[in-house]
Amino acid sequence: MFDVAIIGGGVVGCAVARELSRYHLRTVLIERYAEVGFGTTKTNSGIIHAGQQTAPGTLKGLLEVRGNAMFDELQRELGFGFRRCGELVVASSEEEIATLHRMKSDGEAKGVRGLVMWDREKLKREEPNLSSHLVAALFAPTAGVINPYEFAFALVKCAEQNGVELRVGSPVTSIAKGPDGFVIEAGAETLKAHFVLNAAGVHADQVAAMVGAADFSIHPRRGEEYLLDKRLEGIVQRLIFPVPTPASKGILIIPTFDGTIMVGPTAQDQEDRFDVPTTFEGSEAVFSSVRRICPAIDPRATIAEFAGLRAVSNTGDFIIGQSAVPGFFNVAGIQSPGLTASPAIATHVVDLLGRSGLSLVERADFNPEVAPPFRFAQQSNDARQALIATDPLFGKLVCRCELVTEAEVNQAIDHGACTLDGVKFRTRAGMGRCQGGFCTTRVMQILADRLKVPFHEVTKRGGDSWIVRPMPAPGPAPDDQTEEG
Amino acid sequence: MFGRMSKSYDVVVVGGGPAGLAAALGALESGISRVLIVEREPEAGGILRQCIHSGFGLHHFKEELTGPEYAERFITKVIDRDIDVVPQSYVTGLAVDSEGTRLVRVLSERGGLSTIECRSVVLAMGCRERTRGAVRIPGSRPSGICTAGLAQKLVNLDGYLPGERAVILGSGDIGLIMARRLTLEGCKVEGVFELMPYSNGLTRNVVQCLSDFDIPLHLSTTVAMIHGRDRLEAVTVAPVDEAGQPILEKGWDVPCDTLLLSIGLIPENELSLNLGIELDVVTGGPVVTSTMATSLPGVFACGNVLHVHDLVDFVTEEALRAGRFAGEYARHIRRPQDTISLVPGQNVRYCLPHTLSPDRTHTIYLRTKKKLQPCLLKVGDLLERKLRFVVPAEMIHLTIKPELLERFYEDRLQIDLIPLTE
Repeated sequence: MFDVAIIGGGVVGCAVARELSRYHLRTVLIERYAEVGFGTTKTNSGIIHAGQQTAPGTLKGLLEVRGNAMFDELQRELGFGFRRCGELVVASSEEEIATLHRMKSDGEAKGVRGLVMWDREKLKREEPNLSSHLVAALFAPTAGVINPYEFAFALVKCAEQNGVELRVGSPVTSIAKGPDGFVIEAGAETLKAHFVLNAAGVHADQVAAMVGAADFSIHPRRGEEYLLDKRLEGIVQRLIFPVPTPASKGILIIPTFDGTIMVGPTAQDQEDRFDVPTTFEGSEAVFSSVRRICPAIDPRATIAEFAGLRAVSNTGDFIIGQSAVPGFFNVAGIQSPGLTASPAIATHVVDLLGRSGLSLVERADFNPEVAPPFRFAQQSNDARQALIATDPLFGKLVCRCELVTEAEVNQAIDHGACTLDGVKFRTRAGMGRCQGGFCTTRVMQILADRLKVPFHEVTKRGGDSWIVRPMPAPGPAPDDQTEEG
Repeated sequence: MFGRMSKSYDVVVVGGGPAGLAAALGALESGISRVLIVEREPEAGGILRQCIHSGFGLHHFKEELTGPEYAERFITKVIDRDIDVVPQSYVTGLAVDSEGTRLVRVLSERGGLSTIECRSVVLAMGCRERTRGAVRIPGSRPSGICTAGLAQKLVNLDGYLPGERAVILGSGDIGLIMARRLTLEGCKVEGVFELMPYSNGLTRNVVQCLSDFDIPLHLSTTVAMIHGRDRLEAVTVAPVDEAGQPILEKGWDVPCDTLLLSIGLIPENELSLNLGIELDVVTGGPVVTSTMATSLPGVFACGNVLHVHDLVDFVTEEALRAGRFAGEYARHIRRPQDTISLVPGQNVRYCLPHTLSPDRTHTIYLRTKKKLQPCLLKVGDLLERKLRFVVPAEMIHLTIKPELLERFYEDRLQIDLIPLTE
């Protein structure tokens, strides 16, 4: 019997899991996909918002500002890729300047620090590659970029090292409330828990409906992102936003933590909760929009494109709290700025659980830190030499575009990667300009050896995403055929 | 010697594919003796190792060899002549000290990070394949989409099939070769789809790999959408308009579990870029003089890292030359600076080298922008040659003798391909 079962291993579920691991509790985190972070999290734009863009008086606005302030300490403890590069909302007309002024005062009212208006000259000096049509910008220094999947992996690793149990590849198919808690069918397993946290993202209303707690609905909104070649590194120094519309924050230019430029996302409502296609229209919309802001961004520099689903709720705000079914908590409708808010959501939820009777006794041995993965590419030559001295496999390159070594791939697998995508998102092997043309078979071989599975059973991201088939056994020799004939 | 790496060499060659092997041998011909090849794979031979079909060597050896056989001839020579080859090693950087010695930084499992001294360097890193992202094919992101070269490695070197029912986008040579290869291994190849109105592969490959196996080639048609959640389930293909945009109303779905991309090759110049070497925006490779010297003194380039070739025989020829000049450079021999700039004119996509010197025989490589039949190849007012048939997929090569340049006092020589009416 678990004290708490968290359904959904996205960044929210992972953050709550780590927060709960501070206490003497038995917690299980249940994830549908082969690895955590494989849903909305890994397709997230990866922005830690400053907070000036969200309407005042909303729960998400409150948790956004609070969450933003938590990231420096989290980064120190967990070592994920994060940099406060600052963001600019750029205006091209007098009306838009008025909007910037309103955003500034809204932001300041919510406690967003350091907001400054930039005039045209200042903008031109700081971001010389932006269009000369832009007349002003609102600068928010506390905004940053993050690798969302690394954040999720580090959170879950920390939670696991503090006793949280993880079940991956376990879609929840039913939840029943019995006399002594909830009975959850997850994958092939039956799990029991006193409290259930529904952090199931785009599936949250369906999960809530399993216990009759669906008093909300989720409407997936697809966003497409286009990742550009590293040679565009430095074209912008900060996150660049157009002036937002009610439907979305618009199409952004994102200088990712890893030095690539990403442009997107689009915003397209859809019914399907799994399909994440990129589209011709989406690509046109993204590039026509960003080229109005930064004309030098060339669609031909695209190295990868992908899409993800935002879990938009019918209320328009985050839905966090105990449902009509006692003990069943929803953490739903976590769309933008959900990533920014996630650590604040976690503390908020744990606080609510405590008020509802969950005994929160702090563990003396809670370890908030995890060792960040070694990144060979980011080391000085001396540090590289030292790494090779500890493990010669740091001298064996697996991915040449991103300079990823076999030692790092081994480490990723030991930290839970069991698919090609899992290794990719942990090490960057296959994320570079050749998109795995060179390293795919090497990574597959290492996965096969380390996990002791046949080469052809290695998948891209679990499920039916097989990569190769074994060669059919050779047919009967000609002699045999003659005998049969 | 295979696996040996000393501290100091005359010439270091980056890459042990066909270009690197020939460049190393060329360097020896210039009279030096200490040459190192740095190779990232466990064996030398480069992409030839996985090209188990025949068709190599018709120009260079006047006989038809398989890829591994062609490579073997050079590897044998390289080992016989005591050239060092260090496998599973990468060049991560290059510096020059105050004495003019080049310091090559090599990363390998056995030796860790080491610094090798040399007098000159030949870049022979080859090329890589363009991927799905480069052409932005809309749709989902299932497994089952890979470049034709990766599929070739899976089938020929690793012994696995990339899938059972394949569509091939792009009619580059590797795609055509793989259409035949997969068919022979029992896969169903539904067709090859080519955006352009002509094939991007050699004519002989269209005939021998598609026609002979009844595999349809759809020209002016592309993959417009990818379907499938975990594994590829189907692609939508559609004819394209004059701007190359798919006409979706005329499209149709092809069920398949595999999509191979053969949509072009890109010279692998990340190292060159890091070194600040000037690149040509058309070829994607370094700008080179008639000695195959790049803009960085003492650094030479040849093979597919310089421009994408269609026949390995010409890679060999070019690399032998680059190796000889790199060897000369290591011996402190300096050639006079080039005085003539060679520029592409009408219908010429690019021509190499970028500059010429009037004192030597030059081999010039060029590609046409479009199919012309027949046409007149014109090198300034110096040379004219009637060509029966030129296509972008087949490189044109010609020789310019010093006699022709003897009384050429201009600084600019233009090459044109002028269409003729039959």
